Amino acid sequence: MRVKGKAFKYGDNVDTDLIIPARYLNTSDPEELAGHCMEDIDPTFVEEHNPKDIIVAGKNFGCGSSREHAPIAIKAAGISCVIAWTFARIFYRNAINIGLPILECEEASKTIEYGSVIEVDFETNDIFDLTKNQKYSAQPFPEFIQKIIKAEGLINYIRENMVKTEIK
Amino acid sequence: MGMTMTQKILAAGAGLKSVKSGQLIQSDCDVMLGNDVTTPIAIREFEKIGRDHVFDKSKIVIVPDHFTPNKDIKSAEQCRMIREFVRAKGIKNYFEVGEMGIEHVLLPEKGLVVPGEIVIGADSHTCTYGALGAFSTGIGSTDLAAGMATGKCWFKVPGALKFVIEGRPSNFIMGKDVILHIIGLIGVDGSANKAMEFGGEGLAFLSMDDRFTIANMAIEAGAKNGIFPVDEKTLTYVEAHSTKKYRIFEPDGDAEYDKLFRIDMSVLRPTVALPHSPGNAQPIDAIEDINIHQVVIGSCTNGRMEDMRMTARILKRKRVAKGVRVIIIPATQRIYLKALEEGLIETFIKAGAVVSTPTCGPCLGGHMGVLAKGERAVSTTNRNFVGRMGHKESEIYLASPAVAAASAITGRITDPEEMTN
Repeated sequence: MRVKGKAFKYGDNVDTDLIIPARYLNTSDPEELAGHCMEDIDPTFVEEHNPKDIIVAGKNFGCGSSREHAPIAIKAAGISCVIAWTFARIFYRNAINIGLPILECEEASKTIEYGSVIEVDFETNDIFDLTKNQKYSAQPFPEFIQKIIKAEGLINYIRENMVKTEIK
Repeated sequence: MGMTMTQKILAAGAGLKSVKSGQLIQSDCDVMLGNDVTTPIAIREFEKIGRDHVFDKSKIVIVPDHFTPNKDIKSAEQCRMIREFVRAKGIKNYFEVGEMGIEHVLLPEKGLVVPGEIVIGADSHTCTYGALGAFSTGIGSTDLAAGMATGKCWFKVPGALKFVIEGRPSNFIMGKDVILHIIGLIGVDGSANKAMEFGGEGLAFLSMDDRFTIANMAIEAGAKNGIFPVDEKTLTYVEAHSTKKYRIFEPDGDAEYDKLFRIDMSVLRPTVALPHSPGNAQPIDAIEDINIHQVVIGSCTNGRMEDMRMTARILKRKRVAKGVRVIIIPATQRIYLKALEEGLIETFIKAGAVVSTPTCGPCLGGHMGVLAKGERAVSTTNRNFVGRMGHKESEIYLASPAVAAASAITGRITDPEEMTN
């Protein structure tokens, strides 16, 4: 599958309070959360982004809280993929578990600029910067993680594997 | 090659003889935890799995502590949903307002976590229980849902950083200073995906409350978990609080660590993390006059008995500075009551502070002390991110209860030593 969209570019250590401030955690409704996505780091994000757009960030994206509301807000906002140099551990799990596509790629993280048009091929993990006419290769996922991604999240994976839950 | 303490616990949990860094495993979990913010999503996901019962009614712990006592209708609805789930599934360890406390202070106090266990919690500060020699880590709501259905969780076995703690800390140095110093040293992703394993002779000078504070903030360095060896202090604590069976794990003598750090507590100064990162840690001597509007003493990091006692020691027979709002939150009902019995609450109130029922409230800008634009707080909590405690143009300075209490009296960030002059 391929997705294409405009890049919203952020720096290192974008924490979960920036992605979705805790003051909005009295709900878990995806649409409501999406309405406040990135509010404290980029107040224009909600208005300016279009479905399928892409977030590109630096190191340790999603650090801080374990709130799944963060990837839920991004996914419900219609973002088709988050590309970062690295992801914080819990955000990484949460994104994979809820089926928000993420990719780790140092070069893309460093080179892609705000507003560039980016295309991602999830079959090959290739990232195309159509504005700069460059191609980057993201880190491949371990086999087990690929299975969860393929099932579009952990819950589907468990439903499909209710009996055989061993990881080989 | 030998295994770290974390690896040994994970190997046992996965039923494997040995594991190595980077290996993906599936492990049984002894405790799984949720709160009022993360559990509603977990319930929604659990329902999708299609199992009508949870895997073990006694291993799930749910503590509504973030927006409780409920601050508005929406948070009340979230708690109602949790209450109905708990009743329908027969979950045994649910702590309602009146018996609850801040989850990471409450679970050890109730004896629900003991050494050698594997604990997952849909709250990033679940790493707190590493103080007890357990493997304990934060996960998301969907992981919790999967855990509630299957009793299992997948982990990538982490490597580890070793912290050798040495020296006797001086007066007013607390666990908070140790961990803020360490995060300042290695950065907010300095231990990303790794365990932080503590050891060294200096541990003899760190109480259980100090260790809980240190393990609590391992996540602020990006760590998967923080863990302390089990010693006499641990066992005294565990035996006083729990009847659960425990298991003591030790790292192998030839365990490999990615890096080793020596932390000399004898030269450690009160440490403050400046806005907007726990990694911006500075010794108090490097901080110029910074006037403050609010002080918060509490949270899963620093709402324990020793924190209350240190606060009272400094506030005793003094008044908080005019124009500074001081909010003190004992983390559990038991701590609240003990503070009352010891006369600490009276000290707080006479000093001009307010005392709240247990809640996470102000730490995450939820309620009970939200900051306005341009306001500055000294807080004993764990995160000083942009907007964490309120307006995105407010500022948070993270510090120990000793620094926070001293600052409450002067109205500016203050070395507690000044209070003894």
